[in-house]
Amino acid sequence: MVTPAVTSREELLAILQEVKDPEIPAVSIVELGIVRDVTVEDGRVCVRITPTYSGCPAMFEIERDIVDALARHGMTDVAIETVHSPAWTTDWIAEGAREKLRAGGIAPPGPVTGGGLVTLERRRVPARCPYCGSANTQLRSEFGSTACKAIHFCAACSQPFDEFKAF
Amino acid sequence: MAGPRETAVANPLFESLLRLADDRLVLGHRLSEWCGHGPMLEEDIALANIALDLVGQASALLTLAGAIEGAGRDGDALAYFRNETDFRNAQLVELPKGDFAFTIVRQFLFDAYSVLVWDALQRCRHAELAGIAAKALKEDSYHLRHSSDWVLKLGDGTGESHARAQRALDDLWRFTGELFEADGVDAAVTALGFPVDRPALQARWRTMVADVIARATLALPADAGMATGGRRGRHTELLGHMLSEMQIVARSHPGAQW
Repeated sequence: MVTPAVTSREELLAILQEVKDPEIPAVSIVELGIVRDVTVEDGRVCVRITPTYSGCPAMFEIERDIVDALARHGMTDVAIETVHSPAWTTDWIAEGAREKLRAGGIAPPGPVTGGGLVTLERRRVPARCPYCGSANTQLRSEFGSTACKAIHFCAACSQPFDEFKAF
Repeated sequence: MAGPRETAVANPLFESLLRLADDRLVLGHRLSEWCGHGPMLEEDIALANIALDLVGQASALLTLAGAIEGAGRDGDALAYFRNETDFRNAQLVELPKGDFAFTIVRQFLFDAYSVLVWDALQRCRHAELAGIAAKALKEDSYHLRHSSDWVLKLGDGTGESHARAQRALDDLWRFTGELFEADGVDAAVTALGFPVDRPALQARWRTMVADVIARATLALPADAGMATGGRRGRHTELLGHMLSEMQIVARSHPGAQW
């Protein structure tokens, strides 16, 4: 049994910042709000995570990466718990991470507009192109290369781009 | 019309979670059959995304069901090692994918139902189920907008697309009644703090569906005899064929990891 070298919540969160989202390597699982809590109980590091989308195929890899990252810092007694409540929302994505998404070619999500069931009416202001900043863009599909992304096209710079959709 | 035959259910909460999960597992698998066969690339990706959401929802629900059952079965055991008669999905979702109009109209009828179910369950007493419901509601809201858009395009499109959408609606309508059958399981879980008010759901569903159908210039079919049996494990022969394909790898190589 290796005794954890660090035990404060801040130090543990700093280590978990090393774990990137496998599908969006520009941002960490802490910045995305996937990590809900981390504690040390009787020498065991307990990490609580929540899935972004129900079917997110990256969750298994994220769990492995958490175990690896903590092991690199001498912590081998790790318990990971998946929690569903409260449900993850893009509103939890840290401000700094939104800039990183944009720099990585992904338009960051707008605020989640809550309340009421879905309506057919178009629901959004146009996403801003992460390459040229233009708002002269069109939604091509609300389903993209991963569960969390929509596909847009920028009429100003003629580039297709991903948007992290508000969720 | 005679109501469904009642048989006592040992664990109504487990049973109720199986119904929720199996609808989504079976429909998710049917949608996945479009992967690589979609009418265009964006639609292929969209259907695969929706399938992924539904299978993910089923996985969370089956994991929870297994924990509540307390017999040591996890999500995979419930998905891959139950037989056809142990599945509790409505027959609507087990029908083969058909043409694109059939898939879209079925998805639309189900999505409209599903958002209403999640909307009720996100306020239920069980925090974990409420969290699953809140997330699934957001996912299914995207699904419903997508399927509604397509119903409008197909119904109010060409003569061919209109005819196919109307045929799909006519063929599918008799499978919608089962979604709103109330029975002792609903009453038991409502008493436990998991509200399921099927007559209220049906009224809201009908308003939502009728609105889109009318805008799509399609005709709402008349309510005739409704198919029943799925919630009690009586299925069309089509489910067994689907399960044999879905389950064969897990059953041939039990415990395999990849």
